[in-house]
Amino acid sequence: MITLHRLTKDFPGGVRALDTLDLTIGDGEFFTLLGPSGCGKTTLLRTVAGLETPTSGTIHINDTDVTPLPPGRRDVAMVFQDYALFPHMTVSDNIAHPLRIKKVPRAERATKAADVAHRLSLAELLHRRPAQLSGGQQQRVALARAIACHPTAFLFDEPLSNLDARLRLEARTFLKRLQRELAVTTVFVTHDQAEALALADRIAVMSHGRMIQIGTPADVFQRPATTFVAAFIGSTPMNLLPGRHTDGALHVAGATLPAPTGTPEGDLVYGVRPEYMDVLPQTRPDAFPGTVSVLENLGTSTLVTLENDGTLIQAVVPEGDEPAIGTPAWALPRRSLLYKDGHLLQAPPRKPVYTGTALL
Amino acid sequence: MIRHTVGRLAATVLIAVALAFFTLPMLWLASAPFDAGPAITTSVPEFTLRNFAAILDNPYALGSIRNSLIQGGGAAALVVVLAALAAYALSRVRVPGRDVLLYLLLLLSSVVTGTAAMVPIFELATRLDLIDTHLGVILVVSGGLLPAAIFILKDFMDETPTSYEESARVFGASPLQILRHIVVPLVRPGLATIAVWALASVWGGFLFQFILLRDPDKAPGSVILYTLYTEGGAPRLDLISTFSLLYSLPVVAMYLFVSHRYGFRFHGGIKR
Amino acid sequence: MAPTTSPPGDAAGLGKARAAAFVLPALVLIGVFLVFPALWTIYLGLTDYRLTGLAAADPQVVGLDNYTDALTDPRFLTSLWLTVAYVGGSAVIGQAGLGFTLAWILRGRTGPVRRAVEGVVLLSWILPSTVVGFLWFALLDRDDGTLNALLHTPGLAWLLDHPLLSIIVFNVWRGTAFSMMLYSAALENVPPSHLETARLAGAGVPQQLRDVVLPLIRRHVLTNLLLISLWTFNDFTPFVLTGGGPEGRSEILPVYVYNIALKGGELGAGAAVSFLILLINLIFALAYLRLLRGRRKSLTGPPA
Repeated sequence: MITLHRLTKDFPGGVRALDTLDLTIGDGEFFTLLGPSGCGKTTLLRTVAGLETPTSGTIHINDTDVTPLPPGRRDVAMVFQDYALFPHMTVSDNIAHPLRIKKVPRAERATKAADVAHRLSLAELLHRRPAQLSGGQQQRVALARAIACHPTAFLFDEPLSNLDARLRLEARTFLKRLQRELAVTTVFVTHDQAEALALADRIAVMSHGRMIQIGTPADVFQRPATTFVAAFIGSTPMNLLPGRHTDGALHVAGATLPAPTGTPEGDLVYGVRPEYMDVLPQTRPDAFPGTVSVLENLGTSTLVTLENDGTLIQAVVPEGDEPAIGTPAWALPRRSLLYKDGHLLQAPPRKPVYTGTALL
Repeated sequence: MIRHTVGRLAATVLIAVALAFFTLPMLWLASAPFDAGPAITTSVPEFTLRNFAAILDNPYALGSIRNSLIQGGGAAALVVVLAALAAYALSRVRVPGRDVLLYLLLLLSSVVTGTAAMVPIFELATRLDLIDTHLGVILVVSGGLLPAAIFILKDFMDETPTSYEESARVFGASPLQILRHIVVPLVRPGLATIAVWALASVWGGFLFQFILLRDPDKAPGSVILYTLYTEGGAPRLDLISTFSLLYSLPVVAMYLFVSHRYGFRFHGGIKR
Repeated sequence: MAPTTSPPGDAAGLGKARAAAFVLPALVLIGVFLVFPALWTIYLGLTDYRLTGLAAADPQVVGLDNYTDALTDPRFLTSLWLTVAYVGGSAVIGQAGLGFTLAWILRGRTGPVRRAVEGVVLLSWILPSTVVGFLWFALLDRDDGTLNALLHTPGLAWLLDHPLLSIIVFNVWRGTAFSMMLYSAALENVPPSHLETARLAGAGVPQQLRDVVLPLIRRHVLTNLLLISLWTFNDFTPFVLTGGGPEGRSEILPVYVYNIALKGGELGAGAAVSFLILLINLIFALAYLRLLRGRRKSLTGPPA
């Protein structure tokens, strides 16, 4: 269990990288820190590792206050973005290096390294140097090194970002399975929302040193707490359309929609995911009108962009249902969210609608 | 295409000229020692090995090479160890005024190794009881070599990604372990290069050694070389050329060994 | 990629105390055998200290007399000019220029040609200075020199007729290795794609060098020029070849210092000139820093 209490980190020059963070990460939980670069996620990870010293606040790992402890005494293992495999050591020596530091006898180290390597399908590569390995193999060696020392927690700093797209998917599945098996508390930093959704038990979306939203992938995907999160999560970004609530109706981008009860009057932002839109060939008052301007093939579906007086509206349609470019079309929202001043209005959650499209 | 061909031709000509330019002065070293009657001109020798026998008869020749080994090796070891420690710390911990300090020391080092500081250095060595000792030579020359060595090694250290050290640190490695397990192996080409550079500087050095050592039994080869004159003051070319060759071999051997084993480079960047 | 090589914020967790302990041994050695003699030299520069005679036993502080004497001595000014020509010709143009040219031509080449060139260039640098002195003596000798034999110019006294040129060429021969090695390493770090982009845009070699290579190796150029200028400025080896002569025509400053301090016995005056050399070196260093450091980016932000 990792507990942060009012954790703050100021860099010289007045940049507040972490802003009074409170957080508890449960035993065995796969916790992901997600955010754009510069949001403080890596700083937070490095602070938990002990590589950065917080300006104030505390970090507990399993009820021990580790804030004053040096990195080596916190019983955590970290995998770096560039893997930090030592180029002058063989795979075996790399994996065994943490054990060498812990003064484990040489023979025992080698056995242990071989065990872990075997488990990660690296057995054939034990005597190679990192330079002789593919990116995926290097990544697994870095994992093996982290596993070999049986830490209380894994800290991952974008360990998949240096892999090419296909390999990244494989590595992602592998990592998730491994973490389930080992049941070790894991903190995983990424700027890739799909990775976060796929891997995490819980996600914290960070911006400017604060946690904007903490929740399960489903929470964060379905009910983004702010427009920032809404825009950040989802492989196709959510439509965030400016609108106005007057006379009991919502006026958004040429459509008139019923307002949920309790919606305040005035300017709002209407959010709807492209996946939760149907494209119709004929007009409807509660659908957004527009002209089909771009079609993007997503494989099993197509992303349709409608243009209406400078406003762009995107919808995902199943393969075969694409409208023709240049024709008028109407996008009908099935499920939407309302934001006032950037924050989600706490309307009662609507019943999820089965869409046929995977959430990712 | 024409531009390309002209370029290649120019490059080839330049390489040939450079080869000739750098080889020419060394030819004498290859011919004279084996010549029965060496002159200053490089010529096809009237082959003999008698000169080598003659130099071995000189009471100080072999001993002086041993002295050079002690002084050069000692200074190289001292410079490498101290410069590596200092360069590492300076590269990794931010100290205000660090760069200014380094540049200042560098400036001082080049001036002080000059002739004007001879008297203070002699006085200093006398008071520290270092005259006529190998240690005296080692300490004095190391002091002069250290700033440049730190300066060059710091560049190597700066180019080493810090994630290696951070990774080791998260696994509990102490700073000395990090230095031993990771940093030293990574910058080994730099350390080896500095060792050769330091050894070569001391090996050819004359002034300090001449001033600090009175006892010819302690004198290094570079000083002994200047004693190989006839009583009339004319250089004994047979002995000088032969001893020059013998005296050059150890440094050349060390260079070959180091460059083969570790690579020889004055600037960092890691071969992964 | 995160900039892993940029600001190193104590990655190894040394801490100030341990860092100080790492630096201390080197600093002590430098302090005792470098800074202390240097300060002593500066003090001597203010006295009339002599090698022999009355002033040797009881030197008097004479203030800035040595400095005014030196600065008004035409011999010093000639020597200064010679030194500038020597440093400019042999270090900046010769060593750095030839070193870079060789590194540029040899980059991407492998095999015996590269090994041969690197081998001889490095050999001329690694050979002991004392040995090298004799080698060049043999090459340039008036009566039996190899060069005269090769050029069929018997009796041409290179060291007497062209003393400055001789020591300049000598120093280029002696010191090019350092520049070549440094630039070779630097050029390895220039991504080929940058050069290719420039070539596709139609840039010739000079434009590639100016627009692509130089900006990328700026720091190496600075380091190189700084070190070789300093070393050349204080290089005493030419003394072996010409002894500063004839008639002072190759009397560069280190030789001038030797001649007045040890030969002439005026230690105080020699020390003063040494300090002047230090100041001139400082001007050189500052000039390089200004020229080459102009566009240094500040990478002090927090990591992502």
